[in-house]
Formats: sequence, C-alpha cells, structure tokens
Amino acid sequence: MINKKVASVSEALKGITDQMTLMLGGFGLSGIPENAIAQLVKLNVKGLTCISNNAGVDDFGLGQLLHKKQIKKMISSYVGENGEFERQMLSGELDVELIPQGTLAERCRAAQAGFPAFYTPAGYGTEVAQGKETREFDGKMYVLEKAFDADYAFVKAWKGDAAGNLIFKGTARNFNPNMCGAAKITVAEVEELVPVGELDPNQIHIPGIFVQRIFQGKNYEKRIEQRTVRQR
Amino acid sequence: MLDKNGIAKRIAKEVKNGYYVNLGIGIPTLVANFVRDDIEVEFQSENGVLGMGPFPFEGEEDADIINAGKQTITTLPGASFFDSATSFSMIRGQHVDLTILGAMEVAENGDIANWKIPGKMVKGMGGAMDLVASAENIIVAMMHTNRAGESKLLKRCSLPLTGVECVKKIVTNMAVIEITDKGFKLLERAPGVSVEDIKMATEGTLIVEGEIPEMDL
Repeated sequence: MINKKVASVSEALKGITDQMTLMLGGFGLSGIPENAIAQLVKLNVKGLTCISNNAGVDDFGLGQLLHKKQIKKMISSYVGENGEFERQMLSGELDVELIPQGTLAERCRAAQAGFPAFYTPAGYGTEVAQGKETREFDGKMYVLEKAFDADYAFVKAWKGDAAGNLIFKGTARNFNPNMCGAAKITVAEVEELVPVGELDPNQIHIPGIFVQRIFQGKNYEKRIEQRTVRQR
Repeated sequence: MLDKNGIAKRIAKEVKNGYYVNLGIGIPTLVANFVRDDIEVEFQSENGVLGMGPFPFEGEEDADIINAGKQTITTLPGASFFDSATSFSMIRGQHVDLTILGAMEVAENGDIANWKIPGKMVKGMGGAMDLVASAENIIVAMMHTNRAGESKLLKRCSLPLTGVECVKKIVTNMAVIEITDKGFKLLERAPGVSVEDIKMATEGTLIVEGEIPEMDL
C-alpha cells in the first residue's frame, strides 16, 4: 500500500502559491472541500484561477475566497445566488469564463484520462463557441474543447483510506470524482478516514492512484442552500 | 389563461411511460407533481441523480441529496447517484428521452435564449447548453410574454443564445405551440384564450390551421 495520508490540512496544501490554477469539487455547497477552502483563506494566496461548477454563496464556500479577493478568474457553469461574485464580475475585478456544465465535467475528465481535447455539441452557435474550432460529424456540428490544465484539485469524499481510495455519498459526488487525477496534485479530504482494508474494493468510486494526498476533514458544516420540504 | 401549475399540468401530458426526463429549474420542476400515477417515469437531475422522488419531510433533509436547483430531495426505489461526467453522458449521449426547461426567448426556428441578459444578469448556462444541444425532444415551459408584456416568441432571439434550432414544442400560459419549418404552429389554446389573443402576444410567425382546440387539462 502506498501511503497518501497526511496529518493535517496545512500539510495537505503544502506547495500552494499565488497565481495557481485550482480545481474544486462540489455542486452548489454540496460536496465542496470545506477544509481546503478554509485553509486557502488562511494562507491568503492570491491571483487564483478557480475551476468549480459554482462560486459558493456570499459567506461560504468559494464566496469566502471571493470576499478576500483571492480569486483572479473563475471558470464555472452557474454563478447565481452570490451577490459579491456578481458585483466583482460586473465591475471587471473578476475575470469569469462561463462554460456549459457538461463541458466543465468533461474538461476535467479529459485531463484525468489523458485526452488533450474533445468535440461536444454543447454551445455550438452560441458565444461559447466563439474562437473555437468547430467540425461536422454525420451532419451535426460540434465544438472542440480542451482538457483543463490545473495545479491542484481539491475534492471531498465521504469515506477514504490511506491508499487514497474514495467513496462518495449521494449527490455530493458531482464533480469530485472527475477532478481526481485531473490536476498535477489531487488532495482529497474525507468525512471518515478508515483503516486500509476496511473499504470493499468492489465499492470504491475512485481508486487511490488518482489521489496524491488524503486527510481526515473536520467540522463539516454541510450547509443547505435551498432547504425544501413537504408537509406530512 | 393558465398559471404556472397549469403549464406544468399540460406539459405532464407529454411525459410517456418509460421516459427518462430531465426537468429544469422553475416551472419544469412542477411537472413532476402532475405526471400520471399509472406510468413509470424516472426523473434525472444533472447534478448526479436518477430516480428523484418528492421533497423530504421536515427533519429528514440531507445536505448530500439535492437536485440541480440545490433543493433538498429524496430518492425512489431504483434510484442511482453518479458523477457529473456520467450525468452528462446520459444527456449528451441522448439516453434522456425528454428535456423540459424554461426560457427567456424562443425563436420561430427553434433557437432558445435563457442564460444571459448582457449588462444586467449573468448567472450562467448551467447544464442548459448541453441539454439543448443534445436532446431529441425539448419542451420549453414559459410565460407567453415577459414582465413588460413583450412577446417571448420571436422571429429571432435578441439575447445571447443557449442553443440553435433545437426547441420542438412550447407550452405557455396561453398556448401549445409546435416549432415547424415555417414558424410557430398553434396546436392548442389555454382555457379562455382566443386565437386572436395568441396572435397579439406572438411576435414571430404564427401558423393557424383550421379550428384550434382548447387544452384538455
């Protein structure tokens, strides 16, 4: 077993410097790497390019980094529900690249899987395709999209072990598995770091080979953005 | 004239037995409430769940189980969770049978705009561009006119596009309309709405052939 376990979040984020490109898992606030984000706030690294489906809310998730103006550029598919984000974007302080959600996922997966680029129908004929190569296959038009090139990927899983194996829970899975191994260094934080051998190899979602560092996360808030219930 | 629930109720009639359906945020989400009990349908949410159930009872919300609108949800027996790339494989690979989404504008050639108002509102396209570029069967659920009373069914979209020539059908508070080579073809009228009313509220070419029946809700 190759040991990926690190003792703390500060050890897990060793090597992070200004101007880096980071991938962060999560959909809305579900499945975000809360511990890594808190540490990025603490380290106060600046000029970051963040690849993440959303940008958090004003006071949580990536919203915390936006608030401290640590982010230079966001690459996301949907950025609603964040007033500070909108303010920085409209004032030009923040560079924003909005891309289709499936393209975002596939650009992660392509980086993970060793594909430099791929054709997708998403965005053809829209401003998303501007300046990009397009091509026809069997009568339908496609846009060439490139794999991401990121320095670090921060993901959050439900369970993991020192070998770096990961299991996700519910829809907190989202982009997290696609970002594993898609950056030079993948850092996984988990709710439960279990002894090696405890996870059933049949049930592993992400094999440890895609993860360089893993640590036991702490104090998960797991905020709900739109608490919606029905009457009994 | 229909309200939002009325639009959802009419669209629910388009959902057939055995369909996998992706519902967008807003009116489309309401469609699930009106699908007949005697057919089997699975709802997909692009954040990574197939087999979505109703909202949870109070006290049973789980932060790890949400839909694409970030609302807490439940799952039904037979449900599955998956990553985002797999989710969009279902969408791009045309495994999802029906996509229902909202729009700010639809053009008579099937173009749709629903993600950006330059200088005013930029929330992003989310999964909408992937959905409209791939789905065989796209129904738009929207009000016929915007808050200023202007038609949302246009000759050409004025806002940045989400997809080109992709919408097949539109259900509004006033009408059911099919997109054809020649423009918007009026299929049904909402209760209490005349063909003349619909003509007035439609900027694009409206094709009216023969007697137009009232929606059967």
